[in-house]
Parts: sequence; C-alpha cells; structure tokens
Amino acid sequence: MLNIQLNGERRELEGSVSVTELLDRLGFTGKRLAVELNKEILPKSLHATTMLNDGDIIEVVGAVGGG
Amino acid sequence: MTQNTPGQDKPLIIAGKTYSSRLLVGTGKYKDLDETARAIEASGADIVTMAVRRTNLGQNPDEPNLLDVISPERYTLLPNTAGCYTADDAVRTCRLARELLDGHNLVKLEVLGDQKTLYPDVVQTLKAAEQLVKEEFQVMVYTSDDPLVARQLEEIGCIAVMPLGAPIGSGLGIRNPYNIRIILENAKVPILVDAGVGTASDATVAMEMGCDGVLMNTAIAAAQDPVRMARAMRLAVESGRDAYLAGRMPRKLYASASSPIDGTFF
Repeated sequence: MLNIQLNGERRELEGSVSVTELLDRLGFTGKRLAVELNKEILPKSLHATTMLNDGDIIEVVGAVGGG
Repeated sequence: MTQNTPGQDKPLIIAGKTYSSRLLVGTGKYKDLDETARAIEASGADIVTMAVRRTNLGQNPDEPNLLDVISPERYTLLPNTAGCYTADDAVRTCRLARELLDGHNLVKLEVLGDQKTLYPDVVQTLKAAEQLVKEEFQVMVYTSDDPLVARQLEEIGCIAVMPLGAPIGSGLGIRNPYNIRIILENAKVPILVDAGVGTASDATVAMEMGCDGVLMNTAIAAAQDPVRMARAMRLAVESGRDAYLAGRMPRKLYASASSPIDGTFF
C-alpha cells in the first residue's frame, strides 16, 4: 500500500502504480494536464515510466479561466 | 509617427511574433465557458490569459475544459501566476504552465503583495523575473506604475512590461497617467496597461498615450453584457491607437472658430 498526497489530499494506492496509471484511474486519460512530483516538473514523456513511491507529493494541474 | 498614412501601423510584436490586435484579454469570471468563448471572439484578441490550478479530482471527465474553447492553435495563450505571493510560487507556476502547454514559454508574471489591493510585490516580482529569464521564459510582467521598477524589469530581460492603471478588478481607470508616460518614454520593450480598466474610454486613454496594448479581464467579464463590452473594448483600443498615430491637436485656452470669418454678410 502506497500513501501519497495528491492535490493536497491523502490517497492510498494499491500495488505498484505509474503516473500514467494514476492519471488513468482519475479519468484524466488524454486531458491537457501538467504533473509536478515532489515539487519538480514531471515531463509527459516520463509519466509511463515513473513509479510512485510512498510519501510522494503530486500536483496535477490544468488551465482555468484567469486574468 | 507622421510617416504613417491612415490604415498603416507598426504591428505589435511580442517575443518575435506579430499580432494584429493590441487588446489582450483574460478568461476569468465569466458565467460559463460558452460566454467566455463568445466574449473572447468579440474582443478580437490574439493573446488570451489563463490561470493554472489543481484539477478537480472529483470532476466529470467529460466536462469541457478552458483549452477546449480557447484553443492554443488559434490563440496565443498567456498563462499567469495569479494568486502567487512569493517568487518561488510564481516560478513554480510558470514551470507547470510550460509543461501544460507543451513547452510554450510565454508567461505573465504577477507576484502579489496584499489580498486587499492585489498590488504587486515588486521585490518578489524582480526576483521571480530574474529566475524566469534565466530559465528562458519569455516574461510579460505585471508591475506597479513605478518607472524605475519598470526599467529594472526591462533590464532583467522581460519582453514586455505591464504597469497597472489601477488595482486589479477595480475598474478605476488610469489613476496616474503621468507615471505611465514616463514609463513609455524610457521603454524599449512593449508597454501594456494591465489592470484597472473599467470601461471603453479607459482603454482608449491608455492607447492615446502611446501604450502598445491593454490587457483586461473584469471590465469585460463583469459588464452586464460581456460580449457587447468585448466589442466595445476592441473598438476602443483601435480608436485610441488611431488617435495616438494621428497626433491630437494642441490644447488651447481660448476658442478658435471652425467656420471662416470672410464672406459673412451680417
């Protein structure tokens, strides 16, 4: 069991999970998003090969209206 | 500017790209995405700002997204750092924006100092600007109307400096036109008034002074009819630009008759 912090919320994940898999589980497949892992940008090209670790802090962001 | 014949103008160039509209608009505070899209269309803007926020984890995956209606293929997106109160948060937001927009490195830097006024914290703004320029971002920077700070931001390498006309969302118009004039005189990069515009005449005033453009959000979004106001702003910016290029008549204290004195029969 992995404990991660996702967009400020604690989450428990079963088994070994890549960032791509996490995004799929959230229903974000194919969405325009950016991911930050432990305060560093995680480029899209690395989502599939990056496995989550216990204690990881993840931010998933998108575009919203703003001035 | 006398070399310009009617209809001709130098285009607005931002980071080497040419834009026909000198009105830049935000996408915040609209009723829904449909109204956003219609207002942006009516404004004629080429450059459109947006914010970067956490995705809603409980959201319906089919819910439309801002980028579905404001397509990055059609518009130049200008992600902002709104809501940031430190240089670190602003830099982090810009890095996320660049990743989100597939390497697009144009950003609007704003680092705020106070929730009540949303006035820029210029110390943090200068610090963030230095870091972002180092990381090869193209920085359009929101700042106060202090001419010395504007010059420092230009020296750091910001590609456009955007002094406020009045506090964000206040609609008070350009409160200190003399400072904006001094900023314009000193500048070698485009100067755009960002924030404070309340109605069309405010945008015209900015353009008549010789500003290179105007950026606004609330003045359109908070109007009773945002789509009509967007059109009004487009015309206001065009009118102000034309009046600037035309060169206004001098102000005189006394009258000067428009009709000839010769040939009067009374």
